[in-house]
Amino acid sequence: MTIVGMTGDEAVAHAAKQSKVDIVAAYPITPQTIIVERFSKYVADGEVHTAYVCVESEHSALSACVGSSLTGARVFTATSSQGLALMHEMLYIASGLRCPIVMGVANRALSAPINIHGDHSDMMGSRDSGWIQVYVENPQEAYDWTIQAFKIAEDKGVQLPVAVNLDGFIITHCMEGVDVLDDAVVSQFLSTRMPIFTLDPRNPLTIGALCFTDYYFEFKRQQTEAMRNVVLVLDKVSREYRDVSGRSYGVFETYGLEDADAAVVCLGSTAGTARDVARKMRAEGKKVGVLKLWLYRPFPAEELSAALRNVKAVAVFDRAVSPGAPYGALCSDVVSALHALERKPKIFNVIYGLGGRDIQPSDIELVFNGALETAETGAVKEETMFLGVRE
Amino acid sequence: MPIGAVVLEPGSSLKYKTGDWRAFRPLVEKEKCVNCLLCWIYCPDSAIVRQEKWVEINYDYCKGCGICAHECPKDAIKMVAEQK
Repeated sequence: MTIVGMTGDEAVAHAAKQSKVDIVAAYPITPQTIIVERFSKYVADGEVHTAYVCVESEHSALSACVGSSLTGARVFTATSSQGLALMHEMLYIASGLRCPIVMGVANRALSAPINIHGDHSDMMGSRDSGWIQVYVENPQEAYDWTIQAFKIAEDKGVQLPVAVNLDGFIITHCMEGVDVLDDAVVSQFLSTRMPIFTLDPRNPLTIGALCFTDYYFEFKRQQTEAMRNVVLVLDKVSREYRDVSGRSYGVFETYGLEDADAAVVCLGSTAGTARDVARKMRAEGKKVGVLKLWLYRPFPAEELSAALRNVKAVAVFDRAVSPGAPYGALCSDVVSALHALERKPKIFNVIYGLGGRDIQPSDIELVFNGALETAETGAVKEETMFLGVRE
Repeated sequence: MPIGAVVLEPGSSLKYKTGDWRAFRPLVEKEKCVNCLLCWIYCPDSAIVRQEKWVEINYDYCKGCGICAHECPKDAIKMVAEQK
C-alpha cells in the first residue's frame, strides 16, 4: 500500500485503471470532470490496454458503453450534471439490458440558471433509472467504491450498472492522501468479468427485443429483484475488500447513534463536516449522531430503520430539491423507511447547498440544536427548512 | 426467464407474424408485373416472394406499408383496404 496525493477524480481514474477496464467511451461535455481526461492519459502513455472510444455526445458515450458491455467487456465511463441529463434515456437501457457498467458521477447542479458547482440534482433526477447508486465522502472512498462497484455490478445475482457519486469540486477537485492498493492486490480481488450472455456471432442471440404487454412487466419485476440482491452482495464484497485493504464498508456508516437523541442523515462530503460537528457537540454532552448513506439505491430501508429507531429527532439533509414534492428525495425515503415503526422519530427535511452553496459547521450545528429541541419538545418547527437561503 | 429480455434462440422473429398489423393489403396484378424485383429490394420485411415470372406477397409478415406499390414502375401492385 502506498499513500498518494489525489483528487477524487484522479482516485476514480486510478481505480478504473487498476480494475483493468476493457472499454471507456466518453465525451465530457461542460462541466467536464478530470476522470476520463486522466484516463485518456493512461491510454496515451500505454499504461492500460483499454480501448478508448471518443464519441460525439454523452448520449452516444453511454450507448457505446452499453454495446461494449453486452460483448462481455468490463466498461467504465464518467459524467456530470448536463452530461448525465443527456444520458438519461440510455441509463434505463443500460439497467434494462443488465449491463454491469461502472460510471463515476461528479455531482453538480443542473441548469438553469447555469451553474457548474456541486449538488445532487443530476443524480437525483435519474434516481429511478435502475442504477445502483453509491455516494462517497472523500477521495479515499471514491477510490475504494469504484473498485468494489465492479465486483458488485458483475455479480451473477446483480448484473446492474453502478453510479459512484462524488460531490462536484468538494471531492472531485480537492486533493487528499489516498491509500492506494498494489495493482496485483486489485487484480486478485477483482478477477476478469464472467458475463452471463455475450454478443457473439458464433452463438447468435437477440438483445433489445420488443416486449409489449406480454413480458415487459415481468422483466421489470426481474430487474427489481436483482436490486434486492444488492445488499447481500455488497456485504460479501465489502468483507472481501476489507480483507485486502483493511478498510470497512457497508450500506451506511454511523457515528454516535447508539445513544443519540438527535441525528443527521446525509450523503457525501457533508457527512465529514457533520461528524466533526457531532464530535464537538458530544464533548459538550449533547447526544447527537450522524448516519451517512453509502448506498442510496437500493435504499437500505430495513437497516436504516433499525439504526434510527431509538433516535428522537432526525434531520435529513437533501442537496437537491424536488419542487412540489412533500420532501427532498432522501427525506422521502427516510420517512418511508421509518413509516412502519410504532414509535418513530420526528423527522424534518433540510434542503441545503444547492448550486454549490457552501455548508459550514455552524450551519450544521444550528440544525443539530433544532433537532435536539424537537427531541425534547416532540414538535417539529419547520417540516422543510432551506438552510442558508436568502428569502 | 433469461435476464434483460435476451432471446436465446436465433431467427425467432419468424415466429412473430406481423400480418395482422396490416390496414391495406398489397395485390399484385401478375399480367402487369415484369419481375424487375424493385419491390423485393425495397420491402423492409422481406415479404415479397419471388416466383419465376412475377412476385407474390407473404401475408403472414407483410405489414401493408405500401412501399412495394410506391416503388413499382409498372403500377402492378395496388393497395386495397383490408376487410375485417
